[in-house]
Amino acid sequence: MPAISFQSVSKAYPSPRGAQNGTFLALDRVSLDIEQGEFFGLLGPNGAGKTTLISILAGLTRATSGKVSVLGHDVALDYAQARRCLGVVPQELVFDPFFNVREALRFQSGYFGVKHNDDWIDELLDSLGLADKAGANMRALSGGMKRRVLVAQALVHKPPVIVLDEPTAGVDVELRQTLWQFIARLNKQGSTVLLTTHYLEEAEALCGRIAMLKTGRVVALNHTSELLKSASSNVLRFKIDSELPKVLADQARITGRIVQFPAHDAHEIERYLAAVREAGLVAQDVEIRKADLEDVFLQVMTQNKDSVHGVGLA
Amino acid sequence: MTGWQTLLYKEVLRFWKVAFQTIAGPVLTAMLYLLIFGHALEAHVKVYGQVSYTAFLVPGLAMMSLLQNAFANSSSSLIASKVMGNLVFLMLTPLSYMNWFVAYVGAAVVRGLVVGLGVFAVAFVFTDISFVAPLWIVVFGVLGAALMGSLGLIAGLWAEKFDQLAAFQNFIVMPMTFLSGVFYSIHSLPPVWQTVSHLNPFFYMIDGFRYGFFGISDVSPWLSLGVVGGTLVVVSAVAVALLRSGYKIRS
Repeated sequence: MPAISFQSVSKAYPSPRGAQNGTFLALDRVSLDIEQGEFFGLLGPNGAGKTTLISILAGLTRATSGKVSVLGHDVALDYAQARRCLGVVPQELVFDPFFNVREALRFQSGYFGVKHNDDWIDELLDSLGLADKAGANMRALSGGMKRRVLVAQALVHKPPVIVLDEPTAGVDVELRQTLWQFIARLNKQGSTVLLTTHYLEEAEALCGRIAMLKTGRVVALNHTSELLKSASSNVLRFKIDSELPKVLADQARITGRIVQFPAHDAHEIERYLAAVREAGLVAQDVEIRKADLEDVFLQVMTQNKDSVHGVGLA
Repeated sequence: MTGWQTLLYKEVLRFWKVAFQTIAGPVLTAMLYLLIFGHALEAHVKVYGQVSYTAFLVPGLAMMSLLQNAFANSSSSLIASKVMGNLVFLMLTPLSYMNWFVAYVGAAVVRGLVVGLGVFAVAFVFTDISFVAPLWIVVFGVLGAALMGSLGLIAGLWAEKFDQLAAFQNFIVMPMTFLSGVFYSIHSLPPVWQTVSHLNPFFYMIDGFRYGFFGISDVSPWLSLGVVGGTLVVVSAVAVALLRSGYKIRS
């Protein structure tokens, strides 16, 4: 039985944005299964439908059509059991200003009917570096600390399936390290993890399998290692002081002075360098590196717009 | 504690932590009404022919405070959680819509009763209060608070901003409360306004509640019980249906 199963899930919002019969299709027949014990990444640009998909999974939003289940429990028909199996860290940094950290965690335990949970709450506080903040009011915490409490709240009922919706957005390196060590440990102990993030190096390091969403459709779904293999295997990287000609710029990934071209072999590399030279530019600090997930991601996102077989759909 | 008990406890703790604002404030307001209206009218008005105006006013003020605060508790808690986004913590839980209803309305009843008792406690200093039929007092106090807690739940779900909730409070709750006979017996009104008052469910809550103190009322307490009970059933059914459908909280 999969930990999470999405079967042909669609979500239409009444909105002028999509302008298709007055509805905007946020998700278009998304199907994917996440097996128990997986560390699964859900990637996509802003507006791709990641949060909508997670909201449907968590019962915050209702699907227009399709079925979603958590460990076999339908999120609409058997919502209580489905939600007991899920621990969701919301993307927004929200908190209840009336209570302190321990109170917030005790209440969250109670909502799930978990009694005498102080030992696990203490372990969570300890593991997430919150032990000295247990008595602090939520209002008094920094953004990073509030984010840690959100994680603790999601895990307070020991859910077998953990969903993290951009948990490291805008947080410092230390928290990222603490968080990933802890989540990786839970994953090793058998928890299934579904992660959405814009930090692709995190996804590459942590996720065994990855799905990429674009405009509400799955455009890539495969093991991380396979996705990396599927992309151009190398990247030519250099710096320039002037603007690239448009024909070259269209093929490149440009970040300030840094220019990167995907390249399969030495011929392609020579061709790009020659084109740069012919344009009267000087490539500095030239290097060739292996392609990473960011390269794969950009390649998938710029490929054929409406194909679900873009890269290694498995 | 089970899920709904935890939510009830949390909702009670929420207002208790700011008791100066949620309990002491309303009690002070009621006392100001009592001092000013009591002082101005005590010598000039007798109600039901035998009851002093101050004694008549106390149960009305207590019930008015009880009703307004029961409404304020569920409505303000919900709208604040919606605006701040922390309602998500509840929405992610297995709590059923009935659990939500019982917990929110239960906390509203607790706050309503605490404020009502607070008004009495202070009013005892100024005037003698009789309790002719205490059971009626308890019944109307609890039913009234539950009705307003349910209405607050509806308002809290409907409102998307604090000013919408304020409009609900200022243009529906306040006029209906003030025109319900808190400050006067409706027998002192012209016939037309007596008829209009009979269409106001708040009138029956106040009148039935007051019967418990004096054994005298404008209409039979059984009629009031029927109207208040019927209104409670209707308002609760609407609140439960809205929670069940996820009205304005689950898209």
